[in-house]
Amino acid sequence: MTAIDRPHPKPRDYVRIALILFVITAAEVSVTYVDALDSSRAVLLLTMSAAKFAIVVGWYMHLRFDSRIYRNLFMLGLIAAPILFGAVLLSFGLLIGN
Amino acid sequence: MVVATDQTEHAGHPDPTNVGKVAMWAFLGSECLFFGTLISTFLLYHNTTLDGPTAQEIFDVPFTSVSSFVLLMSSLTMVLAHYAAGRRDWRRMRVWLLATAGLGLVFLSGQAYEFTNFVHEGLTVTTSPFGSAFFVLTGFHGGHVAIGVLMLLATTFMSFSGRLHEGQGMNVELVGLYWHFVDIVWIVIFTVVYLLQV
Amino acid sequence: MATLTPTVDAATPAHHAPSGVWSWLTTTDHKRIGLLYGVSALLFFLVGGVEALLIRLQLAAPDGTVLSADAYNQMFTMHATTMVFLVIMPAAAAFTNYFLPILIGARDVAFPRLNALSYWIYIFGGLFLTISFFVGGAPDGGWFGYAPLSTQVPELVRMDYWALGVQILGLASLLSAVNFITTVFTMRAPGMTMMRMPVFAWMALVVAFLLLFSLPIIAVGLFEVFFDRNLGTLFFDAAAGGRPILWQHLFWLFGHPEVYILILPAMGIVSEVLPVFSRKPLFGRSFVIFSGIAIGFMGFGVWAHHMFVAGLGPVAEATFALTTMFIAVPTGVKIFNWIGTVWGGSVRLKTPMLFSLGFIAMFVIGGLSGVTHSIVPSDTQQHDTYYIVAHFHYVLFGGAVFGLFGGIYYWWPKITGKLLHEGLGKLHFWLMIIGFNLTFAPMHILGLRGMPRRTYRYPDGLGFEFWNFIATVGSFTIAVSILVFLVNAWRTRKRGEVAGNDPWDGRTLEWTTTSPPPEHNFDVVPVVHSEDDFWHRKYSEDEHGNAVPVPGGYEPPKAGQDDPPIHLPSPSYYPILSAFGMFLTVLGLVYVPWGLFLAGAGVVTIVWGLFGWSMEPVTREGH
Repeated sequence: MTAIDRPHPKPRDYVRIALILFVITAAEVSVTYVDALDSSRAVLLLTMSAAKFAIVVGWYMHLRFDSRIYRNLFMLGLIAAPILFGAVLLSFGLLIGN
Repeated sequence: MVVATDQTEHAGHPDPTNVGKVAMWAFLGSECLFFGTLISTFLLYHNTTLDGPTAQEIFDVPFTSVSSFVLLMSSLTMVLAHYAAGRRDWRRMRVWLLATAGLGLVFLSGQAYEFTNFVHEGLTVTTSPFGSAFFVLTGFHGGHVAIGVLMLLATTFMSFSGRLHEGQGMNVELVGLYWHFVDIVWIVIFTVVYLLQV
Repeated sequence: MATLTPTVDAATPAHHAPSGVWSWLTTTDHKRIGLLYGVSALLFFLVGGVEALLIRLQLAAPDGTVLSADAYNQMFTMHATTMVFLVIMPAAAAFTNYFLPILIGARDVAFPRLNALSYWIYIFGGLFLTISFFVGGAPDGGWFGYAPLSTQVPELVRMDYWALGVQILGLASLLSAVNFITTVFTMRAPGMTMMRMPVFAWMALVVAFLLLFSLPIIAVGLFEVFFDRNLGTLFFDAAAGGRPILWQHLFWLFGHPEVYILILPAMGIVSEVLPVFSRKPLFGRSFVIFSGIAIGFMGFGVWAHHMFVAGLGPVAEATFALTTMFIAVPTGVKIFNWIGTVWGGSVRLKTPMLFSLGFIAMFVIGGLSGVTHSIVPSDTQQHDTYYIVAHFHYVLFGGAVFGLFGGIYYWWPKITGKLLHEGLGKLHFWLMIIGFNLTFAPMHILGLRGMPRRTYRYPDGLGFEFWNFIATVGSFTIAVSILVFLVNAWRTRKRGEVAGNDPWDGRTLEWTTTSPPPEHNFDVVPVVHSEDDFWHRKYSEDEHGNAVPVPGGYEPPKAGQDDPPIHLPSPSYYPILSAFGMFLTVLGLVYVPWGLFLAGAGVVTIVWGLFGWSMEPVTREGH
């Protein structure tokens, strides 16, 4: 059940992940320069940054392979923030029709 | 919810690595609310620019992209440091820890340069709510990076001074979790503040 | 290191009882830290009480002249700030610190030095706030610091004291929260599954999560207020496009979970006391636990009911009206389960039981007025009147304070080894409940008649005179009851009846130890087989379900030769040093720009403290 029982990732695996992160970042920046994508820019960018977020959390921070408790502790905060502040921003008239 | 797995077979002898990680992940969960609040304040004010510069006018996306890349790479060096610590290769661990700290300092210098430019171009904390929210958000993030750099240097120092007790590997892991978190906060800030130019 | 060999040291319990001021300043023992919190909370309770009495003297008659308007603003601000942050939260922390590890069968919390740090930050935070009285005036913008009132008048530093003081007090609680969550998840004794934990431990855990997720929000808000005051930022400057209502959201996103933080520990205490003094297990125990968890979650979903007159619009108002009504449900579940516990039990009306029963009655009244607030049109009339003051004092005083006093009487024998005098305790209770109702029941009427809050005087002829006078009489009755308690506490030092290990015939693990417990809590880490484990070792059940004492009784195991040595955390001065550094830092920040030198010295002290801390091993060799 502990990380020791699984085959440990090698440095080469970590470099591979870094390359993926680099590629996604490059894609994100490119999207901002392509006018044709303007209408779907927000969705594309948020998806790509969410992917990077998940990759770093899951693999570099090892959350994918670690105890469920760590994941629960973190997810509680991670999920609470957008829900609470989504409500606050909605009350200001933001986030709708964006 | 957080009905924990029954740890009772290990009870009475808590595993120090697990203890540290529970604490760190709880703290990081809390930090999600901290940065969530700062980001939301920014989102509220992103268009309240008064007579001052707007996001489109002042942001230099190529420059900030390089900054983001630097911080992403520092996560790579951080995880390599942790890997070395796990194999008790202390020399290599120190190299990667210092590399991470170095990249963190490069990031901070980039922020300092960027902020100085913004001030010259007329955007300060007092110019507009947009300015206030932008600088406070990125300022707190930069403060977190700075604290991370200090922790990396402190861990390196402890390794040099021969504090190679069993807890060494655990310290690097916890510092790593903090450092990666600071990186993922930047991932969100870069997208929401700079790229979305909402 | 502080290592004990159980066979030797169980026989000589005084072996590791360090004495002297230095031992208290450097302690990392959760029991000592709990005691420090408790004594401090009691002292601040007297301070907050005097502030309340001054308010009541001012309002006893129309056109009062006891306090100027300025002094009055400081009084109501500091009374609330003191009671919330310097009394109730630390009192709960006192019990949690002292008993959480023992209740779960652990020897200490996960991070003993961090635990000490939380206490010292609290004390320095309280000292910091108190200094303001002597240097030009205490905070006067309400405990809720609404912007832009709180961001104006930067030349008077009162609200800087408030913003920075509440900030570091929040930090202390956040660190405690991380500590307690980690303790519960990693340090329970063998067999102590989550569902076997006592309800007080569960409530402490829910409180820790509430703190963990609500404090960061107010931290940002407080920074924004401080920056608006001192750096010229425009977060709440309406003329510049800032939105003051953002502050209200940020404050109440914290402030509402905060009130559940204030009440849940008292609910936990009541959940411990009722079964012991009814000789019956807690009725619907798992429902009580799950209701506590539900209250924690739902507590994050009701904050804008504090903003019903702020112009949020009908959609937001209706939403929060509904969520507020719904949160009454888990609370109601608890009430019914408590009643079900007492019903049919063999009830002993000792003082802890009286306070717990008083809690239920008073809290229900406060809860009912709370439900009236959930209805937006009626709240629109009640808001900013004394009706609201009545509501929150019924739940916070009638609820939290009564519950905490129940805890004091319940656990006093365990902590000190002596019982509080029962007759004086009953006198305290009856004087207090009568005085309390005399003070706050009339405020419902005053509020509905239109008496506004936070107004330093009222004119003659509005119909406020009679009930204000009664309320003042009631408040001094409360004061007399507190005096009775203090006399009782003082008296037991020399003349208190010796308690023994288990004076109440308790159910949970703390009653298996000596009174007071040894520094290491348990000679042998207990192996737990059920909830209320201690009770089930003392009693089995006959065919009618009656408790039958186990022949020979139950003796907790003593340590033997083969038991491993006990490692205790060593004392450390780095926590108090680091906390002192934070004190210097915030004091310097109040007086920017020239205060930056002091703040700088404070930061250096913090860094020195944290660095020394990280270099120091948790347990030193050769103690």
